[in-house]
Amino acid sequence: MEITINVNGVDVTRDVEARMLLVHFIREELGMRGTHWGCDTSNCGTCVLWVDEEPVKSCTMLAVMADGHRITTVEGLETADGLDPIQQGFIECHGLQCGFCTPGMLMTGRWLVDKNPDITEDEIREGISGQICRCTGYKNIVAAIKWAADNPKDSEVNA
Amino acid sequence: MTAVEDVPMSAQGNPIGFGSMKRKEDQRFVRGQGNYVDDVQLPGMLHGAILRSPHAHAKILSVDTSRAEALPGVVAVITGKILEGIPRPSLLGDNFAWMPTLSYDTQAVLATDKVRFQGQEVAFVIAEDRYTAKDALELIDVDYEALPSVMDAKKAMDPNAPVIRDDKGQTDNSITDVMGNKTWESGNAIGTAEAIDKARNDPNCVVVTQEIMYPRVHPAPMETCGSVAHLDPVSGQLTLWTTSQAPHAHRTVYAMVAGLPEHKIRVISPDIGGGFGNKVGVYPGYVLSVVGSIVTGKPVKWVEDRSENLMSTSFARDYHMTGTIAATKEGKILAVDVDVLADHGAFNGVAQPTKYPAGFFHIFTGSYDYPNAHCKVTPVYTNKAPGGVAYACSFRITEAAYLIERLVDCLAQDLQMDPAELRLKNLIKPEQFPYTTPTGWEYDSGEYEKTMRVALEMAGYDELRKEQAEKRARGEYMGIGISFFTEGVGAGPRKDMDILGLGMADGIELRIHPTGKAQLRLSVQSQGQGHETTYAQIVAHELGVPPEDIEVIHGDTDNTPFGLGTYGSRSTPVSGAAAAVVSRKIRDKARLIAAAALECSPDDLEWSLGRWSVKGDPERSKSIQDIALLSHGSLELPEGVEGHLDATAVYNPPNLTYPYGCYICVVDVDPGTGQVKVRRFVAVDDCGTRINPMIVEGQVHGGLADGIGMALMELIAFDEDGNCLGGSFMDYLLPTSMECPDWELGETVTPSPHHPIGAKGVGESATVGSPAAVVNAVIDAISPFGVRHADMPLTPANVWRAIQGNPVRVDMAVE
Repeated sequence: MEITINVNGVDVTRDVEARMLLVHFIREELGMRGTHWGCDTSNCGTCVLWVDEEPVKSCTMLAVMADGHRITTVEGLETADGLDPIQQGFIECHGLQCGFCTPGMLMTGRWLVDKNPDITEDEIREGISGQICRCTGYKNIVAAIKWAADNPKDSEVNA
Repeated sequence: MTAVEDVPMSAQGNPIGFGSMKRKEDQRFVRGQGNYVDDVQLPGMLHGAILRSPHAHAKILSVDTSRAEALPGVVAVITGKILEGIPRPSLLGDNFAWMPTLSYDTQAVLATDKVRFQGQEVAFVIAEDRYTAKDALELIDVDYEALPSVMDAKKAMDPNAPVIRDDKGQTDNSITDVMGNKTWESGNAIGTAEAIDKARNDPNCVVVTQEIMYPRVHPAPMETCGSVAHLDPVSGQLTLWTTSQAPHAHRTVYAMVAGLPEHKIRVISPDIGGGFGNKVGVYPGYVLSVVGSIVTGKPVKWVEDRSENLMSTSFARDYHMTGTIAATKEGKILAVDVDVLADHGAFNGVAQPTKYPAGFFHIFTGSYDYPNAHCKVTPVYTNKAPGGVAYACSFRITEAAYLIERLVDCLAQDLQMDPAELRLKNLIKPEQFPYTTPTGWEYDSGEYEKTMRVALEMAGYDELRKEQAEKRARGEYMGIGISFFTEGVGAGPRKDMDILGLGMADGIELRIHPTGKAQLRLSVQSQGQGHETTYAQIVAHELGVPPEDIEVIHGDTDNTPFGLGTYGSRSTPVSGAAAAVVSRKIRDKARLIAAAALECSPDDLEWSLGRWSVKGDPERSKSIQDIALLSHGSLELPEGVEGHLDATAVYNPPNLTYPYGCYICVVDVDPGTGQVKVRRFVAVDDCGTRINPMIVEGQVHGGLADGIGMALMELIAFDEDGNCLGGSFMDYLLPTSMECPDWELGETVTPSPHHPIGAKGVGESATVGSPAAVVNAVIDAISPFGVRHADMPLTPANVWRAIQGNPVRVDMAVE
C-alpha cells in the first residue's frame, strides 16, 4: 500500500506491507533509529512518538494507519535554536543512563509539559507510568521533566 | 551532601577532577543518535530469526525445513543437523552444533537430539527482511516426542527423575564443575555444626532455621540481545557488532567456538541499552549470526524479541536456601550455616570465576563479626533456560546478602529485639579492618556503625517505630525494613580469578596528542554507566587535562586493549584503577621531559594539578599541554626517555573492594488485599571515593528500583509441563514510576586502601542491598499475623496468603 506520512515536517511516501508496524516503518523504511523497539506487547514504551501531537506507542499502530497524519519523533525535538528544554532537562538532571528508553520518555515528557506547564511530580509519575526504564529508578526522569516545565524555551536558561 | 574535594573548573565549567559533571554521552542519546546493535545497517544485510522449542523436554524426531526454504525471500535455513556437519578445528568439540559455556559446560547452538527447555533454539532462518524471516519460522515442521521434564529443582535428584544431559553420558541431573566437584562448600563445616549444636543445648542461646527462596528473575534490559555478523569472504575478517558487556572476552570465545583466528575477529559493542549481566554470556543467536554470515557470504543481523529475551537468555538467582543462625539471647551472633540447592537450568551457563562456581555466595556472613560459618551449594540441571550470573548480583552476592539480612530479621523476631539494635550489636568494628571473614574474604575498609547511624537518622527511625506502634493499635499495618549489606566487587586478582582461563585483569591505553588533548582506550564496556564521562574525570584528576579534552574510546576490540569487561561492578575497581595508574605513568614521564625543558633536575620539580613547576620558583613551569607538545617536538630528551606522551597499563587488582551500605524501607500493607505500598526508601551507600557523585547516585537509584521489582513483582515461574510463565512484559512485571518512591540517598566515604583513587564500585550495590530491605519491611508489617518469612515476589496474592498462614511456593504454578 502506498502511504504518505508527514514525519518531522517532511512528507514521505512509501509503498509498505499492510501489516508493517509503525515502529518498523520509522526505523527500517525511513532509517530513523531514535525510536526504539523494546517489547512485543506495548508495555515498555521505548517506541513512543507523536501522531498528530499525541504520544503513541508506535508498536501498537500499523504504518498504514498513520497515512495522512503527522508524526513527530525524537529527531524532531531539536530546532535551529538548539536542544528542546526537555532534552536539556534530561542532561541537567541525569535523566538517562543507557539511553534506550530516553526517546520515548522525551516525547511523553514534552507532551506532558505542553499540556500542563505547572505539572507536579506526582502528575509526571502518572504520566510516564506506561513506560519502563531499567536504569534510573525514575527519580531523575521525573526531575528532568519538571526541569523542562520550570525552564521553558523562552526562559533565561534556554534563551 | 556530597563529600568531594574542591577542584578547579575547566573553561566549559566541568570539574578538572572528581565532582558531579553532566555526562558527555548524553549529547547523542537525547538526540536519538545512540547507536545500538539494531541500528547497524550494512549493504546487503540479511535478517535471522530463531525457531524455538515449545517443549521443555522432548526428543527431536525430525525437522523439515522444505516449506520454509521455498518461501520467497528466504535465503537459508540452518538446523542442528547442518551444524553437526560443519567441522570445527577446535579443542571444544568437533562441530558447530555445540558451544562451550563460560563454565566449561557445553550448550547446544541448535538442538540436535533433544530440546531441554522451552524456548531453546531449534532452527535459524535467514531471509531478506525481518518479517519474512519470522514468517518462515511458521513453515518449519518439527516432529517432537515430548518427554517428562524436571521443573522442580527439589525433584531433580530423585532416582526416577528424567535425565536431562544424556548427551554427556550423565545418569542423573547433578552438575560437576571443571575441578570435579558436585557440591561447593566454603567455611568451617565442623566448627559451625558444633557451635550450632552447642547453642541448641544452651538455654541462653537461640537457633533459628529458615527456608528462603530467591526465585528466578531476569535482568530484562530495555534493549534485547542481538548481533550483526559480517565475515568478509575475501579477507576472512569477521566483524561482529553485538550486545556484549565483555567484547574482548567474547572475541576469544568466538575464536574458540568458530575456530577462527583471533586476529581476524573484531567485536564491536556499540551503545548497549542496559546490561545488568544479561549481556555477559555468549548466546546461540550470536553464534548463529556468525554461522549465517559464513553460509551466505553476507552480513546477517539477529535481534531477539522480548519473549525470546525473557525465555532463553541468562536468568538470575533460582537459589533455594536454608539458613540456620545461632545467637545468644543478648543478640550476639555465634554461627551461620547455609545449605543451597542451585537451579542452573539445562546447561551450566553461569559466568563465575572458575575457582568460584557458586560465585561469591560465601560472602553470606555479611557485615557481622562472628567466628563460625559454613555453606554448601548443590547445583542441579533442570529443564529451564541456562544462565545464572546475571542481574546486577556481584557474582551471587545478591543471594548472599538477601539470605543473611533475612536471617538476621528472623532472629530479631525470635528474640523480640529491634532489628536495628541486633545489627548494631554485631557489625564489624572499624578497628577490625582489614577484616578476614570466616569464609576467607578480606574486607578492605569500613565504618559500618557510622553508616548505619546516618541511615537511622535520615529515616527518623525512632519516630517511625512510634508511628508504627500507634498505627498497629488502630489496625493499620506499616512496616520498617533494614538491610545492611557488604559486597566484594572488582574481580579480581589474576592468581585467584579467571573466566575460561582468562585472568581478570584489564588493560588501558592513554595517548596525549601534541596539542594536549587526550584519548583513553578502555577494555571495559559501558551499558549506561557513563564511562565516557567518569574515565575522563579520572584522567583529569591525575593530569589536570580538562575532561572535555579527553575522549574515551571503548567497545571495539580492534581499538582498545584486552580486558574482561563490565560486570560484577568491576569497571571502577579494575579499569578505574588502570586509568589512574596509566595517568601517573604519563605524569612521571612528563616530569622528565619538563626537567629537560626547564634545564633542571626532575627532583627539583613539584606537581600541582596539570603542571610541573620548579620548587620555590613557580614562574618556571611547564603545563601538561606544553609537555605534550615538547614530547613530540625537537627537544633533546634525557637518556632512556622515548618521545611522545603515551602509556599503557594492565591493572591486576590486589584484592576485591568492599562497598557497603545501610538501607531502610518503609511500607504500608493493606491486610485485606495484600497490597504493598513502598512509602519511603532511605539508602546510605559507602562506595569509597565518588568520582562523579551524580552518576553514583543514578546507579543507586536504578538498583533500588530493581529491589522493588524483585521484592514485589518480578518472577520467572514455570508450570509442571515446563511452560515459562514469565515470557513477556504482560507476565514479567517490572517496576514503573508508580511503584518507585522518591529515593532518599545519603553517603559516607571510606576509601579503599588498596585502590589508587580509593574508589570501590557501586553499580550493583543497590540491587544487592535493597530486596532484603523491602521484604523485611513487608514482613515487619505483617508480623502481627505471626508471619516470620514469605518468599519474593511479595505480590498482593502472596502477601495475602502469608497473612492467612497459607503461603505457597512462588517458583512453581501450584494451587
